[in-house]
Amino acid sequence: MSAVLTLDLKVNGRKRRVRVPPMKRLLDVLREDCGLTGTKEGCGEGECGACTVLMDGVPVNSCLVPASQAGGVRIVTVEGLAKGPALSVLQRAFVERGGTQCGICTPGILVTAHALLQRAKGRVPGDAEVREALAGNLCRCTGYQMIVNAVRAAARETKASARRRPARAAKPAARVKVKVARTKAKAAKTKAKAVGGRKRAGR
Amino acid sequence: MRAALSTLDVARPRDLGHALELLHASLGDGRLVPLAGGTDLFVTLNSGVVPGRRFLDLWGLRELRGVRERGGRLVLGALTTFSEIREHALVRRRYPALAAAAAEVGAWQIQNRGTLGGNIANASPAGDSLPVLLVLEAVVHARSVRGAREVPFTALFRGYRDLALEPDELIAAVSLPPAPARAKQFFRKVGTRRAQSISKVVLAGLLRLGRDGRVDLARVALGSVAPVTLRAGRTEHALLGARPSVAAAAAARAALLEDIAPIDDIRSDREYRRRVSGNVLEQFLRVAEPRFARR
Repeated sequence: MSAVLTLDLKVNGRKRRVRVPPMKRLLDVLREDCGLTGTKEGCGEGECGACTVLMDGVPVNSCLVPASQAGGVRIVTVEGLAKGPALSVLQRAFVERGGTQCGICTPGILVTAHALLQRAKGRVPGDAEVREALAGNLCRCTGYQMIVNAVRAAARETKASARRRPARAAKPAARVKVKVARTKAKAAKTKAKAVGGRKRAGR
Repeated sequence: MRAALSTLDVARPRDLGHALELLHASLGDGRLVPLAGGTDLFVTLNSGVVPGRRFLDLWGLRELRGVRERGGRLVLGALTTFSEIREHALVRRRYPALAAAAAEVGAWQIQNRGTLGGNIANASPAGDSLPVLLVLEAVVHARSVRGAREVPFTALFRGYRDLALEPDELIAAVSLPPAPARAKQFFRKVGTRRAQSISKVVLAGLLRLGRDGRVDLARVALGSVAPVTLRAGRTEHALLGARPSVAAAAAARAALLEDIAPIDDIRSDREYRRRVSGNVLEQFLRVAEPRFARR
């Protein structure tokens, strides 16, 4: 009799309970038990990154993760990037800049790039930084240049819109909605000033 | 052909003590195969090879996590991932060669799951962290129901994929003594591409000159050039007491060819590995001490 594990997953913010063999690959749990087929299998040996998903915010190869290690972990798949029908800034940048061609590597690349942009916290990562972050995601079509361009364009756009946000917040109609963002932006500004002040004082 | 993963079972211990009991109890009847981040194990399984029917999932054991200082040594839990190692401030400052090696294991996805203990237990002669742990003279802290035991890294590798550990022992941690003061640390991995490749040659080194301008500390270790990751004893001997020069570098290089025994395999061939090992050794010497480039 084979072992079966009852697993409480948190995928893309949604709780799901599945009953699966403990050594079933997270990749197959997502595709077969959760019906999330956006995550692809490429090589099945942790080389190509097509199966990349986030576990507690960091990219992993889901073909190398046993189901037994996925319980209680926050999982994000490519399906979790868009808000309903609205593509994320990153996804739109890939469409607009030809960052995708045959498409098999794209879900994994989007997920890794998403993690990179989260880690960069509004900073635009350099070309070399993007290439290193994506070194575990192979693409056989694009030659990577347009992928790197798309990731950096998305980072620039996110940064620019973060700058615009406080201005928009001044409009009375939007005030309540963006209160948190406004406060955070203020806090960041104050912090930046304080750091700059220290640096100058140190010289 | 993928292994039938649905037929495999996993034991999920409550804590380290429980894990050791389960491992010990399994010895008579198909030993439990320890499972950490899965980055080596699942490659094997996905290729159709089943190393066992039952696995011991260590991933949730908090006792095996974390990096801390203890009596001047840095203790890294066996489950410390390569991402944690490359980002750790103390590792970067005191053991830059280890941080450099961690940054070249696989790629980001692998570094987030691959563990230091797993890299050791897998015992591949190509393991990226192993030459660094050899030159830093790391100690493996093994645990079993019988107690705790320390195995110096220099005595760890008995033969091809054969570790000096008992079947009921788990690697709990790795500790590093203080790095020798003023010694330059070096790490270089040569693979097919910068990321995601298994090394053709990997070399770690420590080098220091004394007040008299002669080498007074030399440690060199290599992977992928012999059945085990090894310290290059003849090379170190040739360097000790030498005054840095092109001739001294050439003598060390000649000695290195006596230390290593590379083979032809899927990733590279014997001649290439001999040549590149020598090149990387000379690079190490020149980077550590520019006078190795002077006539």
